[in-house]
Amino acid sequence: MTTRLFGEPVARKEDGRFLTGRGRYTADFEPHAAHAAFVRSDLAHARITGIDTAAAGEVPGVLGVFTWTDLDGEVAERLPLLVPSDALVNPRTQHALARDEVCYAGEVVAMVVARDRYAAEDAAERILVEYEPLPPVVDLETAASPGAPTAHADMQDNLAGRVSEEHGDVDRALTAAPHVFGWRFVMERSAAMPLETRAVVARYDQTEDRLLIHDSTQAPTGVRFGLAMLFGMDTDRVHVVAPDVGGGFGQKVIQFYPEEVLVPWAARRLGVPVKWVEDRRENFIGSNQERGQIHDVRVGVDDEGRILGLEDRFLHDTGAYCSYGLILPIITAAQLPGPYRLENYRYELRSVFTNTVPTSPYRGAGRPHAAFVMERVIEKVAGELGLDSLDVRRRNFIQPDQFPYHVGVTFQDGGPTVYDSGDYERGLDALLAELDVERTRTELADWRRTGRTVGLGVAGYVEGTGIGPYEGASVSIDPDGTVSVATAHGTQGQAHETVFAQIAADELGTPLEGVRVTTGDTRRLGFGVGTYASRTAVVAGNAVLRAAQEVRRQAASVAARILEVAPEDVVFQDGSVHVAGAPDRRIPLGRLAMASNPTRYAFGRDAEEGARLSQLAYAGGDRPLPEGSRPGLAAVEYYSPTSGVFGFGFHGAVVEVDPETGEVRVLRYVVHHDSGRVINPMVVEGQIHGGVAQGIGGALYERIAYGPEGQVQNASFMDFLLVSAAEMPRIEQVHTETPSPNNPLGIKGVGEAGTIPVSAAIANALSDALGVPVDRMPVMPEDVLALVRAAE
Amino acid sequence: MTGAVDITLLVNGKTYTGRAEPRVTLADFLRDELRLTGTHLGCEHGACGACTVLMDGRTVRSCLLFAVQAQGHDLATVEGLAPAGGAEGLHPLQEAFHRMHALQCGFCTPGFLMSAYELLQSNPRPTEEEVRTWLSGNLCRCTGYQNIVEAVLAAAAEPEPEAHQ
Ligand code: FES
Ligand code: FES
Repeated sequence: MTTRLFGEPVARKEDGRFLTGRGRYTADFEPHAAHAAFVRSDLAHARITGIDTAAAGEVPGVLGVFTWTDLDGEVAERLPLLVPSDALVNPRTQHALARDEVCYAGEVVAMVVARDRYAAEDAAERILVEYEPLPPVVDLETAASPGAPTAHADMQDNLAGRVSEEHGDVDRALTAAPHVFGWRFVMERSAAMPLETRAVVARYDQTEDRLLIHDSTQAPTGVRFGLAMLFGMDTDRVHVVAPDVGGGFGQKVIQFYPEEVLVPWAARRLGVPVKWVEDRRENFIGSNQERGQIHDVRVGVDDEGRILGLEDRFLHDTGAYCSYGLILPIITAAQLPGPYRLENYRYELRSVFTNTVPTSPYRGAGRPHAAFVMERVIEKVAGELGLDSLDVRRRNFIQPDQFPYHVGVTFQDGGPTVYDSGDYERGLDALLAELDVERTRTELADWRRTGRTVGLGVAGYVEGTGIGPYEGASVSIDPDGTVSVATAHGTQGQAHETVFAQIAADELGTPLEGVRVTTGDTRRLGFGVGTYASRTAVVAGNAVLRAAQEVRRQAASVAARILEVAPEDVVFQDGSVHVAGAPDRRIPLGRLAMASNPTRYAFGRDAEEGARLSQLAYAGGDRPLPEGSRPGLAAVEYYSPTSGVFGFGFHGAVVEVDPETGEVRVLRYVVHHDSGRVINPMVVEGQIHGGVAQGIGGALYERIAYGPEGQVQNASFMDFLLVSAAEMPRIEQVHTETPSPNNPLGIKGVGEAGTIPVSAAIANALSDALGVPVDRMPVMPEDVLALVRAAE
Repeated sequence: MTGAVDITLLVNGKTYTGRAEPRVTLADFLRDELRLTGTHLGCEHGACGACTVLMDGRTVRSCLLFAVQAQGHDLATVEGLAPAGGAEGLHPLQEAFHRMHALQCGFCTPGFLMSAYELLQSNPRPTEEEVRTWLSGNLCRCTGYQNIVEAVLAAAAEPEPEAHQ
C-alpha cells in the first residue's frame, strides 16, 4: 500500500519558492504600475472644511488626485457592513474617502495616483486638508459613560450595539452562593502586525471590460463579489487573486478596507494598472486592531470553589467603525465559560465607538479576553478560599460523558454553542505531567528562598473552530497524472498546499509530489468564504476530501470498464490504478484521465495511447460518453459543517521577574493541545509556536499606545516592540487527540489556539510571582514595576 | 524619468545596469528594476530585517541604502544563496529551514537566511543563545522563531559548500 500521508509530518510543498526568493507576494506584481498614495487624517476627530489639491496636481508624474467628491455611484456610499446584526443600534461604516467628518487618526481623506510611489508620495504631501477639530473620545470607559463626547458628531452616545443573554438563573445562584466576589479585568489594544503589510494591484482591461486584482487578503471571493456589486460589473468580469500572503492573523479579512475599493476604482477610471503597497506606519493607523475590553465580573462559589453563578458585564472597544458588527464581543461571551460548567451564566456586552482605529478579529478574536477573564477568576477564587487552583479547575470541568455539551448561549455563527467533544481532565493531566508540576513547585520554592521572584501559571481554553458557512474544492486529474486541487480562500503560511495535498494524495493513491494545490484564485474556483476563525483546514479540508472521493469514484468507473472488473476491485496506488490482486493490470492516472475524455483527436505525446484506452473504455456502450458521466476526471464539491468543532488545551508558564528593571523572563512555556485528529503534526506544532509567540508578545511587549488626543504614539517597529527570537522561550508541547464526531476527517482547527490562553497563563504566573493580582494586560516593564511597588 | 541616472550593480556575481533616480532605495531597485523580488520590505525603517542583503559579505538593510550607494560593491541576495548550477540544489541553510519547518508565510525568510548566512560565516558553530541574539534583528510574525533557531543550529552542524558568489 501507498503509505498514508494523513497524520505524517511531511515537509512542506510550498517551501521551495519561499526559500529561493521566488515567492509571489502582491507587491511583486506589476513593478512599473502607477502607484497610489493616501492622505490620512492626523486628527482623531474633526470636520473637514476644505481640501486643496492644486499643488499636488502639479507634481510631475501625477495621473490623478481624488477626494470624496470625485467618487461615483456605490463607491461614494459608506462601505458595506460585513457582519450585520439586529443588535447593532448604530451600524456605522466609513466612506472609502472621508466625506465631511474624520473619526480616527489614519482615516483616508484623499488619494493620489502617480507614475511611481515616489512621485505619488511627493504629491500626497502637498495636499492641504483644513479641519475643524471636534472633541475626540479615546478611552473606552469614558466613551461608555453618559455625557461623554461622541465619536461621531451625529450620534447621541457611543453605543454601537448591545447583547445580553442568560443561561440558568444567575440572580438566584448568586443570592444562594456562600461566597460572592466582584472583580474587574482589562485588556488593552494590540494589533496583528503581519510582516507583509496590505497591498493591492489592479488592472482593468477596457476592451474586454475585465478587472483583475491581486490583493493581499485572506478572503478573495468576498472581495470579488463585493467589488462586482460596487462597480456594477458582471461577477464573471471581475477576478481576485490572493497570491502568496505574508501573514494575516485576521487583519487581512475585512470587507472592505478603503484601499481595496479605491485602487481598483482608480485602475478603471484611469485605464492603467494601479498598485498600492501599505507602509508600516499606515499599517499601524490604517489597518484594523483588536483586544480592548473591560470586564466586570461577579461570581458566586461554594466552599470547594464550584462556580454556582457568574455574571460578566463588559465593554468592547469597536474603534471608530464597526464593519465587523458585534462578532468579536459575541465570541468573547460565547467562549468565556471555556472548559468549565457554568450552569448559571449571564453576560451583558456593550460595543462602544471610540475615535481610534477600527477593530476586527486578530488571532484569537475575542477568545484571549475570554480565557483571561475565566482563568483569572478560577485563580482568584482559589486564592480567596485557600484552595489549590488546579483542584478548582477539576471541580468545575465539563465531564467527558457530557458531550455534546450545550453552553447555553449563542455562538458566533448565530447557532447555539455546542461543544462536540473534549476531555479536559486528560488535557490538564497531560500538561501537568509535561510540566512535572510537583518538581516545578519545589524548584520554585527553592528559588524563592534564594531571593528570586518566580511564579507558575496555568490556563485553559476551549476554542470554537471550523465554522461554516462552507468552503469548496475543485479536484481534477491532468493527462500527465498530476492531481490538481484548487480552493478559494486565501492562505498566509498555514501550509494549505501541503495538508490539502496530503488529503487528496491519500484518497487518490498518488505521491505527495503528484498533487498541485492552488489557493485563493477566483479564476480557479469562484465560491468560497475565506481563511479566518481557524476554519480552513477543517472546512476546506473536508471539501477537498469530498471532491477527491468523487474523482476517485469517476476514475474507478472508467477503470472498471477498461479493465473489465467491478469498480470496487479497482485499487489506487502509486499514481496508478490496478486490479485488486493483479498489480500488473494497471493504468496510470494520467492515462485514465485521457481515457475519460473521448475527444477522438490526438493531442501530445501520449494521446494515441489515451485514445486507444478511451475506445476500450466505451467499447460496447451506445455512445462515446455513457449517460450520466462527464468528460474528464474532475469534481467540485462543497462542505458545510453543521456547527463549529471545539479544540481545547492547557498552557503552563514559569516566569521570573527582575524587580529592579521590571523585565519578565519566561523560563519555561509548556503547551498541551488537542485539535482532534491531526493532518500534519509538524504544521500543527508550527502553528502553536507562532500563536504562543503572538500571545507572549501580546502579554508582555505589544501595546498600541494612544495619546489623549487619539494618535497612535508608537506607530513603528522602533516603538512597538514585536517579540523577537531573543525574548522567546523554547516551547514544549504535548498533544492529545480527541477526534471530532462532526466531520469525516475528525479534525478541528488550530490556527488561533496557541495565542488564546497565553495572557491568562502569564498573568497567573506573574500573580504567583509577585503576590499581587495581575488583572490587566499587557504587562510591560513599567507596569511590572508598579506591581512590584504595590506588592511591597 | 526626471533626474534618473544609470546604476550598475554587481549582484550574485552578475552585473546589472538600470536607470533610477538617485533617491531610489537599494531594495526598490533590486525589486522593481532588477526584478529580484526575493528581497522583501516589512517596515522600510530598518527594524524588521526582511530586506537584509549582503554587501561585501556583511549584512545591510537594503531599505536604508540608496541603490547608487551600492555601486562598486559586491551584493548578494537570497536568489544567489543556492549553490551555482544545481537547479534543485539548496544551500544547507535553506535545506535546514525546509526540513525543520522554519518558515510559514515565507515573507521574513530571505532576510533570516541572509542574516544566518553571515552568522555562520563569522561563527560556524554558534550556541543557541548566540543564534537567538544574532537573529533578534530579524522579525518573524509566524513561526515563534523556535524552528528558525533549530534550523540555523542544524545547518551549522553541516559542512559548508561553495556559495554562488
Ligand atoms: S524593510 Fe528594511 S528593515 Fe524592515
Ligand atoms: S514566516 Fe511569516 S513572517 Fe516569518
